[in-house]
Amino acid sequence: MKTAAQSVLPGQSRAHEVVLSVRALAVDIRTHRGTVRAVNDVNFEARAGETLALLGESGCGKSMTAKALAGIMDPVCDLAGGEVVLNGTDLAALTPKERLKFAGPELGIVFQDALTALNPVYTVGTQLGEAFRIHRGLGAKEAKVQAIELMERVGIPEPESRVNSYPHQFSGGMRQRILIAMAVALNPRLLIADEPTTALDVTVQAQIMQLLRKLREEGQMAVVLITHDLAVVAEEADSVAVMYAGNVVECGPVSEVFSDPRHPYTKGLLESVPVHVGRGARLLSIAGSPPELHDIPAGCVYQSRCPLVQDICRSERPQLLPVTDRPVNDRPVDDRPVDLQDDADDYAGALLSRPGRAAACHFSEEINNV
Amino acid sequence: MLIYLRKRIVSSALPLVVVIVGVFALARMTGNPAALYLPLNATQQMRDEFTARNGLDQPLLVQMADYFGGVLRLDFGQSLRTGQDAAAMALRAFPATLQLAATTMVLAVLLALVVGCWAALKPNGVADRISSFVSMAAASIPDFWLAIVGIWVFAITLGWLPTSGVSGAGAWVLPIATLLLRPFGVLVQIVRGSMVSALSEPYIKLARSRGAGELRVVTHHALRNAAAPALTVAGDLTVGLVNGAVVVETIFGWPGIGKLMIDSILQRDFAVLQAAVLLTAVAIFALNILIDMGYALLDARVRPVTARA
Repeated sequence: MKTAAQSVLPGQSRAHEVVLSVRALAVDIRTHRGTVRAVNDVNFEARAGETLALLGESGCGKSMTAKALAGIMDPVCDLAGGEVVLNGTDLAALTPKERLKFAGPELGIVFQDALTALNPVYTVGTQLGEAFRIHRGLGAKEAKVQAIELMERVGIPEPESRVNSYPHQFSGGMRQRILIAMAVALNPRLLIADEPTTALDVTVQAQIMQLLRKLREEGQMAVVLITHDLAVVAEEADSVAVMYAGNVVECGPVSEVFSDPRHPYTKGLLESVPVHVGRGARLLSIAGSPPELHDIPAGCVYQSRCPLVQDICRSERPQLLPVTDRPVNDRPVDDRPVDLQDDADDYAGALLSRPGRAAACHFSEEINNV
Repeated sequence: MLIYLRKRIVSSALPLVVVIVGVFALARMTGNPAALYLPLNATQQMRDEFTARNGLDQPLLVQMADYFGGVLRLDFGQSLRTGQDAAAMALRAFPATLQLAATTMVLAVLLALVVGCWAALKPNGVADRISSFVSMAAASIPDFWLAIVGIWVFAITLGWLPTSGVSGAGAWVLPIATLLLRPFGVLVQIVRGSMVSALSEPYIKLARSRGAGELRVVTHHALRNAAAPALTVAGDLTVGLVNGAVVVETIFGWPGIGKLMIDSILQRDFAVLQAAVLLTAVAIFALNILIDMGYALLDARVRPVTARA
């Protein structure tokens, strides 16, 4: 899954090239109780042929981030700042009209609920062909040919006859396939998948994830996968950004984040996965609930639920900083690799910079001692 | 589709019969036409003769059986007033009503679609507030009052338009303007409401994510979804107009079915009244079938299953 195809088609991105770079993204929601910050200073990168997972619980701002990237926010939401650089263009700086050129050819999005995401009064063929009519100026007949091809690509049986069916005449899994086909119609560089399998049953989920993987590899797309499912992240994603109350609290390669979490929230999430729990044993969970958006505390966003909370957490918000390994003198001596035991400075320097690893916690070095 | 149509026609037959029976009985409660058609000093014998000649002396059930027998032979009786065939009179008056109704509704629907969509683009925006005020006012103004004010201002004071009749294009302006306001006001609110909810659907977001511009989103994706409620209400309002815009037709002397019905009631011209009511009832049933077909055309989910095979 992590070996990307090496051949690069024209118009495609090179494997592992940064396709999307989100910097300091902030989204405000206007409510009756005043403006609240739903997404705050979010940074991440998505690379061609790789999947970045935005992981978090409901209301943490992950879907809002996705909508902000795609430029389809609700009317009460405003982009409050930041850059969304897709292949060299800052989408956040464009007018809605200018963005339309990018919607489809450069960026596609898949929603969670395929039934409401498909227009009930048009055939799936019409809807699949629309991108070709808008961006390539094709006529109705040519667009239909393209629609049939797309349906074949995402594995819908008998596309020639099904192309004239309406969304309600398809099963949930098939509808999700159609939605995915729509998003990848014009071979975008970036695919945003907003909980694409949440509404599906488990066997269909696996098929849909497999399809997304196949399409990602064929098109060298960068995929931003929004999910709350730790298992999906572990299986599908290359890197992960964990979100909490509108902030990214930890990010890095999935294998490292999951094996060595450096934020108490990530650690809490991982511990709440029921593995090796005996029948009748109590399942672990994170006590409390996330703060209300209009009541985000001054310091760390996670302070109310954090087992490590100190005074500094209540006064000062921790930045998302590169994770350094634990200071050498904190480690038991026999834990050091043999060849580095004589040169402690080199050892610390070698482990200081872990590529892509960052956490927003004052005590990220001490997490595993909890 | 044919099976569906046949079902609808069969199921419409019973209500039609009920309508005829109701009108038949109610009309006869207005009194004996002899009192109106004979001179004041007519003798009782003359009255009895008139009543017997027109079959009004028979028991109600017998009269009704006779009438239904005639209807089945497409014989709807003669007018007491003119001696003409009642059905012919109703059919002659109907086009004037239909023209008025069709012109009014086409204009009302088009205007309401434009204004309603415009208002829905930005809920609670300036356009929305203006259209909400205007449509509320339009839907609330009583038509008879507006008709009289219109005649007073534009026909009598300014002399721009005729007070009544059907001669020339000018004669259409006041009746249409008067009839237009209520359907327009009601429809703007319906279109606005259903467009606001359609525009907030996920499929609209998804259409935008495919690069669909604002115009395409509104006219292509949202409008067709928002059309069903507007169609229902527009159908209902059209029924009201086809039924004879009685008040407006009377005020403007418009020779339509509404005026014919009023005149027939006042003159106790039973056969003409029955023919007119039967004709409008049939027209309304036809209209309802058309509306149902309109739903099916708009949205595949309400298409009868047999139509797909």
